[in-house]
Amino acid sequence: MDYLLLQMLNGVQLGLLMFLLAAGLTLTFGIMDLVNLAHGSLYMMGAYIAWTLIGWTDSFVLGALLALPVTFLLGVAVEAVVMRRLYARDHLDQVLATFGLILFFNELVRVIWGPAGKSLTVPAFLNRTVEILPGVPYPAYRFAIIVVGAVVALLLAWLVARTRLGMLIRAGASNRRMIAALGVNIELLFTLVFGLGAVFAALAGLMAAPLTSVKIGMGDDILIVAFVIIVIGGIGSIKGAFVAAMIVGQIDIVGRAFLPDFLKTFMTASAASSAAPAISQVLVYLLMAGVLIWRPTGLFGQRT
Amino acid sequence: MMSKLFGPATIAALAFAGLQPAMAQSPIKIGFVSTFSGPQAAIGEDMRRSVELAKEHLGGKMGGRPFEIIYEDDQFKPDVGKQKSEKLVQQDKVNFVTGYIWSNVLLASLKTVTDEGDTILISANAGPSQIAGELCNKNFFSTSWQNDQTPMAMGQYLQGKGVKSLYLLAGNYAAGKDMLAGVKRTFKGEIKGEDLTKWPDQLDFSAELAKIAAAKPDGIFIFYPGAHGVQFLTQYVQAGLKNTIPLYQVFSIDAITLPQQKELALGTLGAQEWVNDLPNEQNKRYVADFKKKHGTYPSYYGAQSYDAIMLIASAAEKLKGDLTNKDKVRAELKKADFKSLRGGFKYNTNQFPIQNFYIQEAVKDADGMMTVKTIATALTDAKDPYYEKCPMK
Amino acid sequence: MSIVASLRTPRGLAVALLLLALAVLPLLTQAFDQRYLLSIGTRIVIWAIAAISLNMILGYGGLVSFGHAVFFGIGGYAVGILGAHGVVTGWIQWPVGILAAAAWAALVGALSLRTRGVYFIMITLAFAQLVYYVGVGLEAYGADDGLNISRSRFPGLVDLRDKTSFYWLCFALLLGTLWFCSRFANSRFGFVIRGAKSNDLRMTALGFPVFRYRLAAFTLSGAFGGLAGILLANEGAYISPAMMSWVKSGDLIVIVVLGGMGTLFGPLFGTIAFFVLEESLPPLLDLVRKGWGEYWQIAFGPLLVLIALYARGGIDSLFGRRHG
Repeated sequence: MDYLLLQMLNGVQLGLLMFLLAAGLTLTFGIMDLVNLAHGSLYMMGAYIAWTLIGWTDSFVLGALLALPVTFLLGVAVEAVVMRRLYARDHLDQVLATFGLILFFNELVRVIWGPAGKSLTVPAFLNRTVEILPGVPYPAYRFAIIVVGAVVALLLAWLVARTRLGMLIRAGASNRRMIAALGVNIELLFTLVFGLGAVFAALAGLMAAPLTSVKIGMGDDILIVAFVIIVIGGIGSIKGAFVAAMIVGQIDIVGRAFLPDFLKTFMTASAASSAAPAISQVLVYLLMAGVLIWRPTGLFGQRT
Repeated sequence: MMSKLFGPATIAALAFAGLQPAMAQSPIKIGFVSTFSGPQAAIGEDMRRSVELAKEHLGGKMGGRPFEIIYEDDQFKPDVGKQKSEKLVQQDKVNFVTGYIWSNVLLASLKTVTDEGDTILISANAGPSQIAGELCNKNFFSTSWQNDQTPMAMGQYLQGKGVKSLYLLAGNYAAGKDMLAGVKRTFKGEIKGEDLTKWPDQLDFSAELAKIAAAKPDGIFIFYPGAHGVQFLTQYVQAGLKNTIPLYQVFSIDAITLPQQKELALGTLGAQEWVNDLPNEQNKRYVADFKKKHGTYPSYYGAQSYDAIMLIASAAEKLKGDLTNKDKVRAELKKADFKSLRGGFKYNTNQFPIQNFYIQEAVKDADGMMTVKTIATALTDAKDPYYEKCPMK
Repeated sequence: MSIVASLRTPRGLAVALLLLALAVLPLLTQAFDQRYLLSIGTRIVIWAIAAISLNMILGYGGLVSFGHAVFFGIGGYAVGILGAHGVVTGWIQWPVGILAAAAWAALVGALSLRTRGVYFIMITLAFAQLVYYVGVGLEAYGADDGLNISRSRFPGLVDLRDKTSFYWLCFALLLGTLWFCSRFANSRFGFVIRGAKSNDLRMTALGFPVFRYRLAAFTLSGAFGGLAGILLANEGAYISPAMMSWVKSGDLIVIVVLGGMGTLFGPLFGTIAFFVLEESLPPLLDLVRKGWGEYWQIAFGPLLVLIALYARGGIDSLFGRRHG
């Protein structure tokens, strides 16, 4: 039972981390209709910038907090230089251009920070385990990710549901022309939303950094999963991204924690141990294919 | 009439004589294929630094001839590695191709270099079982090891230590499976569990660590090269397992990863065929010069690359720089008559080294820099388990 | 338009010269002892076949398939797996490879053509990843280490080990693919596919079963992709899951866009440009300053951005507007 709870928590933590990444992606997608493959690069830049700032300030929390506005500015710059020109284009041009940006950012990082990865140590006050239930220890840092992730998710929900910006975001996701007609400064809105997405990506990147190390291409690995999440959830839907991230987080953990034993109930041990990793590796793709066959625009996507 | 007959022949003879010294001065060309871009570029960089150091130690000459190294980036992709090898052989017409970190890049390039180009390939790292066994080739030499050997050394040591049970973890790819198979060849205790994790995109080990904590093994054996080793170790320590279940590793804690793993790695044991403190003169010089130049310790990737250059140099010396007769070159290489950084080794019939394996511990040196030091010899004059499948005798 | 007349247009002339150059490439590389150039040439021709096959659905049909490299893998593994079991004759290997690729394309198409836009991009990627990881799991065939294979045999006809004959075979197949593609584009079938790209409701209203037409096009495209995979496996005498990684699918898209989408010769232009850039950027940057060559992607990335932003018609549009 404790074990089950522990694994579920692991799934929640993973899901929340991926939600942060997916949130920015689904926002830019829903409002600007922009396929941004370079979102993973912002995740990476967030981690590298945080690494530098944490080194300067000698404080994890301070450095991390400073990294967020810096990545916001970076996001705004990227938006102004490249993205702005892509909104009116078809998805193919966007894929091509943002694929180019990935190559650029990966090499840029190598020029600035060198080819070897960097490591961020967990801040001292989190470098221990907490007892979530009597006798069930859980790494404090992972627990902190859950807390921060949940707070940000709530904040985002409030932002989208209760504020003027949120109203525009919702309006933009369902009908782009309408907000233009309302006389809103679209350019400013788009820039802000893109910057916001960059901040979420950076937050995910710098929070993941002490677990995964800071390395070139770290965003490329996770980007495809983030795309899978927003597609399952339905593009443009924050709620969809959240639900899908939670599902994907749980499925990933289940595939790794329980699948081998489950397969052993009806397969030989050696067949099960070679089949389980193969299946868990493709589980999210199977899920996505299944969802799309069932609902071609995802769980919470706009029907056409 | 006589002069007419003599004329051209004499001219040819004179021309030939005149060409001889020029021939001797034309540089020996060595192609070096490794990863110089992307997340794994740190390994390629370590290898290149060692090759450059070897060049310096040789004074830029082997067998009286100057030599040049042509570096090519495989981008961590087998097809690109194959193209680059092809370019080296066909366009640059190199005498040797060496380098190769990854098994799949090596396997993709093997035939192009050894069969179609009849060029000698010296692997400075990758050692897939196929090439040790049925795919062994007269033009292929290794200055590293065969994949199974290092984990076999680790397993042997743990067996001798009386470790009762292990939990095994590796990436779900060919080398990962080889490594787990290797440790199981020599470790006869209980395997409490075995996980092949997503490769190369696994970020999170929380599920596996929770399983390990529940299984309560005597030790954990891992194979996570490069950045993954950093990731696993961090999460292992954070989960609070370091105080309860010791970690044993191959290729997961080394000079490339230690600058990032830092104190987290302290006390962790691993196996390797070369360690930076092996007590021989050439090794002391190599490590000292490397440290002076780059401020870090070299890794086994670098040491094996250095050895590859020195192996080539030994053949070139014996043949006085004349590499035209490939049979002679192969015969000289096969003697492995050079001062290897690991203190010398012999070649087996499949042209993989017969060598010792050591157990190393992650420690801090006198200056507070993280490194590894030898604590035991796990295997002596070990042969890989595949050489009998090799048709070469 | 007759061949003679088309030679007078800049595009016709460029294509004619290009094909002529490709046709005599082995003679040139032999004369100048540049065997490596012939290897690059062979790869260009094979990749061009794959790019043309992707263009059938991406260019003409407007369907962004992000998993086209999977057909490289299916074709290649058909050769490798049959070869490993002693079936070495190309007369069996090749049809099996092409049919397997077509069958997989039909299945994926049937499931994914119901979705649109980004959903279609992602579902094709998902299916490609599925096959990729199956390849990684195929331990009997080398898993991710890949497999050294022996080349397909066509006794008495052609020896694929001979680089020159292999090149000419690939070149002949490229011409065949181009011919087929031009027939395809100008047929009623191609008309529906192209019409549905801009307005599939209208096509449906006109009474065309758009879904079935698209499925057929997707299947054909997969079959030619499989052919390219078969050739690629024979070129390197090696197969591995890396043949079908998503980056390769991305490269194919870049090639098609670079050359000019929905044009007959665009994919060929694109392939040549892509390979030339890849081979020449590093040495060029090295000329600017020694050591910069390794960082060539820092130049290549922005180049892609510029192409996406300012060169929409691709290379093909440099020759003026298309006709027909």
